[in-house]
Amino acid sequence: MLYVISLSVGLLFGLGLCLSGMSEPAKVLGFLDLAGQWDPSLALVMGGAVAVGLGAFTLAKKRRATLLGGALNLPTNRTIDAPLVVGALIFGAGWGLAGICPAPGVVDVGFLEPRALVFVLAMGVGMSAYGFLAVRRPTGATLAADA
Amino acid sequence: MTIDWAHFTPLHALSGGALIGVAAAILILGAGRVMGAAGIVGGVLSGPAGERGWRLALIAGLLLSPALAHLLWGAGAPAIATPWPMLVAAGLLVGFGARLGSGCTSGHGVCGVSRLSPRSLAATALFMTAGFATLFAVRHLLA
Repeated sequence: MLYVISLSVGLLFGLGLCLSGMSEPAKVLGFLDLAGQWDPSLALVMGGAVAVGLGAFTLAKKRRATLLGGALNLPTNRTIDAPLVVGALIFGAGWGLAGICPAPGVVDVGFLEPRALVFVLAMGVGMSAYGFLAVRRPTGATLAADA
Repeated sequence: MTIDWAHFTPLHALSGGALIGVAAAILILGAGRVMGAAGIVGGVLSGPAGERGWRLALIAGLLLSPALAHLLWGAGAPAIATPWPMLVAAGLLVGFGARLGSGCTSGHGVCGVSRLSPRSLAATALFMTAGFATLFAVRHLLA
């Protein structure tokens, strides 16, 4: 059942990215270009997603179990620490270079776009590099994830 | 700032965004998992083996979604104009930064903001600011 849910969620998530324009790097870059011709569409993508998400996560916070009775664990860390700040800045710099973030990168690989494959492979190397450093410095960096 | 009305697609943006929200809602309420793409891809690379299956299934859904979008409304492959070296640099930064910062656009920007997490609200403000600044530098200062 978990796999059926996950596969369906991946399909819906991907359809949402395609429909909204998030899967088009040029459109993302148009949103990030405040000083040029600014395309505000992506603010509405986040708005639409959060409008639905607020209801779902408000309900999730009140529950200990999923609707199917399984474990429901939400992140509990509330501390804004240095890894969060530095990581978000590095992530945003990479996002601003190409207009691609992780999920749209994977979706664009599904469009058989060779440049997306190069991006996703480099992303995997970047993730593994972090994993390598985090294992070497267990006290300095944690693998605890919000998401 | 001038608004690019020719490319502004409010209805597609809102409805596509809502679909992303529905996907996140199903995953948290149905499976108890947070829909964060960086955590899902990173978890396959280095996470616990028992959590690998559902992550791979979700990635399979993402990979198959373009075919479905093509069938439903004729969606086509997007053009990616970024030069190869910049594409590699972007991927390295996105991958490393998302893991160090514990999340990406979906994990922090959609799920974390939806649960009003202070960490995710801060991360989202920071990565958007860094994205605006980087694009400004590349497109308006260096070009």
